[in-house]
Amino acid sequence: MSVGSPLPPVEVRILGVVPYRDGLELQEHLVARRRSEEIPDQLLLLEHPPVVTLGTSAHREHLLLSPEELEKRGIGLFEAGRGGDVTYHGPGQLVGYPILRLPSHRRDLHGYLRDLEEVLIRALRELGVEGYREPGYTGVWTKQGKVAAIGVRVSSGWITSHGFALNVGPTPDGFRAIVPCGIANRPVTSVEEVLHQTVGMEEVIPLVVKHFGEVFELEPIVV
Amino acid sequence: MPQMGESIAEGTVARWLKQVGDSVQRDEPILEISTDKVDAEIPSPASGVLVEILVGEGQTVEVGTVVAYVDTEAQPGLVPAREAAGGPSPEGQAGPAGGVVEGGSAAAPEVSGGPEERLRTRSSPLVRRIAEEHGVDLREVVGTGFMGRVTKQDILGFLAGRSEAGKTGAPAATLPSPSQALRAPVAGASAPQPTPGGPPPQALAGPARPAGELGGGGASEFWKVFFGEVQHPEYPVRGADRVEPMDKVRRLTAEHMVLAKRVAPHVHSFIEVDFTRVDQLRALHRDRWAQLGVKVSYTAFVAWACSRVLREFPMVNATVSGNNLLFRGNVNVGIAVDLNPGLIVPVIHDADELSLVGLAKRVVDLAERARARRLNPEEIQGATFSITNPGVLGTLAGTPIIPKGTAAILGTGSIEKRVVVLEDPLTGADTIAIRKRSIFSLGYDHRIVDGADAARFLSRVKELLEGFPADA
Repeated sequence: MSVGSPLPPVEVRILGVVPYRDGLELQEHLVARRRSEEIPDQLLLLEHPPVVTLGTSAHREHLLLSPEELEKRGIGLFEAGRGGDVTYHGPGQLVGYPILRLPSHRRDLHGYLRDLEEVLIRALRELGVEGYREPGYTGVWTKQGKVAAIGVRVSSGWITSHGFALNVGPTPDGFRAIVPCGIANRPVTSVEEVLHQTVGMEEVIPLVVKHFGEVFELEPIVV
Repeated sequence: MPQMGESIAEGTVARWLKQVGDSVQRDEPILEISTDKVDAEIPSPASGVLVEILVGEGQTVEVGTVVAYVDTEAQPGLVPAREAAGGPSPEGQAGPAGGVVEGGSAAAPEVSGGPEERLRTRSSPLVRRIAEEHGVDLREVVGTGFMGRVTKQDILGFLAGRSEAGKTGAPAATLPSPSQALRAPVAGASAPQPTPGGPPPQALAGPARPAGELGGGGASEFWKVFFGEVQHPEYPVRGADRVEPMDKVRRLTAEHMVLAKRVAPHVHSFIEVDFTRVDQLRALHRDRWAQLGVKVSYTAFVAWACSRVLREFPMVNATVSGNNLLFRGNVNVGIAVDLNPGLIVPVIHDADELSLVGLAKRVVDLAERARARRLNPEEIQGATFSITNPGVLGTLAGTPIIPKGTAAILGTGSIEKRVVVLEDPLTGADTIAIRKRSIFSLGYDHRIVDGADAARFLSRVKELLEGFPADA
């Protein structure tokens, strides 16, 4: 960290369980306020009730259940307005939505994806999970399978939204409703499954916040 | 197509946000592009009119390709003098006349009422329930949660100081601690039926125990296979069929069911239990329990009664292990929770040491966390007896499979009003009455539990429930 000039702040908001639609609205709202410089960079950390979301490049055939069947199981369905294919969110999964104005030296879409991966890989390492990148398959992988998915949006003014989903608790059944990220035959796993022990969100969140600050050179302020 | 990063050579036009003839402001988004995993809005490099679109939606083009022209002098509807539409390009690479694209755009901030209003009224289920119970409109409550969201503290404070109500104030942006924030919705959700989903009787299994648990060290190969291995026979696939591999939980469940049934000779006995006394107690203590914030379900009563009776019948709280009988020192009651799809059996350890209210709290807590997939591994292990509740789905009775490593499982049928004949204990006169009743079935391992033991066990459970102690 540089000593001379303090790092710019990132406000970290830990929101608990937030319905997907509210999460979308909140992001839209914050993107606009970030663009007009009313607020500093934001990192939203939350969980969603069970929901399947379709990215812009989603293939409907990667949805294994019909919308009716999803509804019967209490799983919502949304078009998310982010990059990527199909994914699932649900309890036990830490979802992170960074609302950042990317500074000029970070204005690289793939570079941003790699930076998000780096945050999660470093946080996982501290938890004792060896995560790595798979060239061509955005996200964070372990020997047991994919542990985190990433899909982002960059709005006018290089303002980011959407972000990452890290599976912390047991791999939810909901993944059975989809072909995650359109990658068949690649299992989804979670921190708890890799470690064979219970890991609380409260253990994971501080690590993600710390490494997020380090990778993006921001000073996290939990508000 | 603007340069959006070193490694990006091409982009797909996902959507045009402006059409030909539309006027656009500098920095106003005019199209969306997508590359794998990233969607990006491309702002106009200059103010003017979008006069030509060269690349259609769904088309993929290389970086540097002109995708559209913006006329910087035209009026809406009129045509060219062209201006290439660039994007948020790195410094020094901005479009010809678009100038610098960096910096804040002119986009007006959204009006903040919408989402905030939604978040305020969409507080946690707990807060909503409290508000509903007290007839409070959440919009009246000053929220101190994120963006004015009403927290539990807020609503409780509001109720406590209702005389001062009417205060208004700008919502502060304070947040509960992470653990509160993440746990509260789970702990606070209302749970009128702690174990509403009794599993279908044939489905009681926990993936917690590995296969082969019963395989004795000195057993021959045959017995090792018999006790430890399951092979499901295969069947030919017909034309209209669908083949789907079993996932891990289903595979373990299938294995467990086969082994449990293969090893333990199952017998089932039935008894009918009258719930009049239990209903009386529930009515009597409803207010007190509500004050304590606990919902005491039928399941809690049944678990309480079983945990006491299990102490009187050690052979029911035991298992056959090799050539030994293994009598368990603790009474750990597993309660099947339907996850629909799926099933999990959280365990109440030392259930016999808990009061009725203590048990009820554990039942609610475990069922809630089971549904939220937040159980610790030890909370689904170590059951010495199990209870399953097929009755909640309306079935009369079930013949559940005994989980491996235990001697018995109780299935509770639906509790419904029936016409019964009662005998006056003093006069011996018969009367016809309407009573709430339920058929209980006990599935037991006949190697260790004799039929008479099972009958005595069921009778004691019935006796305890029908004359439930007031001080439980």
